[in-house]
Amino acid sequence: MAVAANPQDLMFKPATEISRLVCAREVSAREVVDAAYAHADACDAQVHAYNQRSDALAYAAADELDKKLAAGDKPGDGLPDSALVGAPVAFKDNMNLQGTRTTCSSRILSNYESAYDCTAVRRLLDAGTLPLGKLNMDEFAFGSSTENSAFGPTHNPWDLARVPGGSSGGSAAAVAAGLAPITLGSDTGGSIRQPGACCGVVALKPTYGRVSRYGCVAFASSLDQIGPFARTVRDAALALQVISGKDRYDATSVEAPVPDYSQALGADLKGLRVAVATDFLELEGLDPEVKADVLDAAERLTRMGAEVGEATLPSTQYGLAAYYIVGPAEASGNLARFDGIRYGLRAQDATDVLDLYMRSRAEGFGPETIRRVMIGTYVLSAGYYDAYYARAQKARTVIKQDFDRVFADYDLILTPTAPTPAFKLGEKTTDPLSMYLSDVFTIPVNLAGNTALHLPTKLSAAGLPLGVQLIGNYFDEANVFRAASALEQDYQFPYQTVPVNVLGA
Amino acid sequence: MRKTLEEVMRTWEPVIGLEIHTEITATRTKMFCGCETAHGGEPNTRVCPVCLGMPGALPVPNEAAIEWTVLAGLATGCEIERVSQFHRKNYFYPDMPKNYQISQYDRPFCKEGQLTIEVGKEGIAQRLDRDQPGVVTPTEDGYETRIGITRIHLEEDTGKMVHVGGSEGRIAGATHSLVDYNRAGTPLMELVSEPDIRTPEEARRFVQKLRLIWLTLGISDGNLESGSMRVDANISLRPRGQAELGIRAEVKNMNSFKSLHDAVAYEIVRQAEILESGGAVAQETRHWDAGRKVTSSLRSKEEANDYRYFPEPDMVPFEFSDEFVASVVARLPELPDARKERFCADYGLPASDAAILSEDLELCAFYEEAAGALGAKLDTLAKPLANLIVNDLIGALNAAGQELSASKVTPAGAAALVMLADEGAISGKQAKEVFADMIETGADPAEIIESRGLKQVSDTGELAAVIDAICEANPDKVEQYRSGKTGLRGFFVGQVMRETHGQANPQVVNELLGEKLDG
Repeated sequence: MAVAANPQDLMFKPATEISRLVCAREVSAREVVDAAYAHADACDAQVHAYNQRSDALAYAAADELDKKLAAGDKPGDGLPDSALVGAPVAFKDNMNLQGTRTTCSSRILSNYESAYDCTAVRRLLDAGTLPLGKLNMDEFAFGSSTENSAFGPTHNPWDLARVPGGSSGGSAAAVAAGLAPITLGSDTGGSIRQPGACCGVVALKPTYGRVSRYGCVAFASSLDQIGPFARTVRDAALALQVISGKDRYDATSVEAPVPDYSQALGADLKGLRVAVATDFLELEGLDPEVKADVLDAAERLTRMGAEVGEATLPSTQYGLAAYYIVGPAEASGNLARFDGIRYGLRAQDATDVLDLYMRSRAEGFGPETIRRVMIGTYVLSAGYYDAYYARAQKARTVIKQDFDRVFADYDLILTPTAPTPAFKLGEKTTDPLSMYLSDVFTIPVNLAGNTALHLPTKLSAAGLPLGVQLIGNYFDEANVFRAASALEQDYQFPYQTVPVNVLGA
Repeated sequence: MRKTLEEVMRTWEPVIGLEIHTEITATRTKMFCGCETAHGGEPNTRVCPVCLGMPGALPVPNEAAIEWTVLAGLATGCEIERVSQFHRKNYFYPDMPKNYQISQYDRPFCKEGQLTIEVGKEGIAQRLDRDQPGVVTPTEDGYETRIGITRIHLEEDTGKMVHVGGSEGRIAGATHSLVDYNRAGTPLMELVSEPDIRTPEEARRFVQKLRLIWLTLGISDGNLESGSMRVDANISLRPRGQAELGIRAEVKNMNSFKSLHDAVAYEIVRQAEILESGGAVAQETRHWDAGRKVTSSLRSKEEANDYRYFPEPDMVPFEFSDEFVASVVARLPELPDARKERFCADYGLPASDAAILSEDLELCAFYEEAAGALGAKLDTLAKPLANLIVNDLIGALNAAGQELSASKVTPAGAAALVMLADEGAISGKQAKEVFADMIETGADPAEIIESRGLKQVSDTGELAAVIDAICEANPDKVEQYRSGKTGLRGFFVGQVMRETHGQANPQVVNELLGEKLDG
């Protein structure tokens, strides 16, 4: 059939459209999986978004769905009541799914088979989606370019010489390249939004506590949050709808009811109060095109009826410093379990248990991971705790107060997502501090715990995706989707012109 | 060891603080996951991704365990902290799946409590300063003293390592080690005492009292042998009269109350000998070897771990409302001290009997049930009943090496026996005989009396006839008695008892003999 002959035609459709076609039996779920893998065969050798495809799981889910559809089942009647039934999805390789390895793109977990399912993954699959596989990332989510993967970098589908951002580079690149309409990533300091910006896809970090972290290998427990990538705001909203809500396996997940996010889509912007974070636009090194894009978005929001003003978040200047204390501190604890004793890589011929620990970890961890664990261990050490960790926590409080102050007068804050469009592979690998600056606009949101979304707007003069960050108040994803949906309509970002699309033709 | 404890204690004052870990066995499930808590079983069968520290697994606190800890705090006079939280204690060891232990640091659930311990005559000699004013409070046969409690916090237990190829499962000489994570994640309550303890006996009494409170609350099975309760003792010496503390050593692996007492006593003498020979006590952890009755160095504390405590980010801090604390207060049962006072006040028992009865939950329940069966006779028979239990029952159980739970004597049987003796149905001597039978068979005392034909003869007519017959058969003895050889009285009593097969009521016999011989 036509769909199978041109897999990329199907794969560039939104998840909701693929789901409609599958449920209408215009295309079978098996054909969807065929198309997804055919397209991956054509372009993933260049992109390297996948760490592992889960063919067996995908086809098993597809065949079961096709059987039920053949028997007359419909969404809400024998099938999950979801507009995502039959949509293919893929997951960052730090999320557990039985039947797959969960490697975190690290040598130390390269042979680790998931023993249980991540709650967010399970919830998305329980909505009737088809699991295509696991996606590349910076090792343990430490990085902003996916170059810290033990299995080689992912390439940006818009320019293979450039990075896809990170750490969820595989998840962002997969959506941009049409490998999957929806993927999940995790965001600790910008690891969903910054690759979303580099690859030009919708990318949401939910409010801390909105989505269960259970089963997502922890980087920094007080900052991590799972969120969706998609090419439409609707797909992202539907995915969030499904994965949100209290989970009894995550004590930090919140009981707050999950609103129907689709209600926010297409709503007009009258009365929506949006602040442009002017101090963010003064950052040294901010790309002029990125800055102009934010101001353009502000104008468009005004034109569409929003009340746009200006605000400053002066304390966010401490964000990067606080983040590189809190994040590594928690990571040093979270990564202690990778010791070669129970699972994962174990160094051979160790002389005693200390030797076993040291060699397994030295052989299993990459340089950035070792750097973060060492920083984290240092800042928690006796005599340094107060000077570093305690002060960083105070900085978090002050940053949170900055946001609270602005949200007293505004519903949303408009900022750049990343200071520049996607940079070149290797450009920042020797300069960690310059790499860390990639997340300067996204980190404060994790420290405060509220929500933010990256929305692609247009292409730069060099043909790279541009876009903006919409920051929302706690548990106010609805207003974020409302503004994003309006801007999405206004911009009409050219997803299908991604050059890698040609590879699949 | 050449010196005795008493000798060294004259020069040196021991300063002892205890750290007591108690597994909360009441919750049935682990601290941060739903796995069952139990001892034994196939290794690594009561485990899940959470207690194995699998990648991505998260801890969810066991609310019941937190409530038990608050209850423990209330029962030991602690302040309940309104805001508290877990911290991560970071160190690498294979028995800890995450290589950090979720514990509490500067915000434990309970702080600043105390226990009053009673030391009886067997331990009084160790407390040389007991007669100095204001040091301890004297009691009937010993003294009381107050031991401060610094804190009670909650944490997760570790797994168990088995070192293979060495001696006694210890790591020295082992070729490899096995890890069993069944215990990993069991709720573990740690109580830290103030360094208020001064003698090995006080250390033992403190832990005994604490165990009794835990058992009364139902928090734990409190078993030292199986490790449900684990005691570490920090011990230092200072010259008597000196305020400054000496260097302390920590002693572990005391698996019984006797071990605790003996290990502390050994360590006091060991440290005294080092100090007296001009040496310095090493700050270290020592292992008590119950077989060889010595402590030996386990590891130095000078290269102390930096645990890099920081707030556990997988959980939010706890805020206890007044309602919550009140609901736990409402769960407090009668505690051992109150029970002892009630036994003295309500049953008129001497403090020593009340102490013995109230310090053993089974014995105490046995006594209360038996006392209930005394009915209207409670006031007069509560004390004889206590005597029967404290002396005869415990004596018999000890002689047989038996637990009360295995005894055939029932509370109703004990009460019935005391009442039968009181009514004069049997003599005191017969009562002992009947009780021995009850221990043996568990039969009802009335049945035993019946089947053995032990009924006491108190009928004056019947006994008078017997006495008359004896006097007639022994006129010479009667003559001798009446002429002043009153020592022959025993002969007549013996004859009556022989004729009545021991069933004559001795009191009645005495009265009748008096009338016959003296009248």
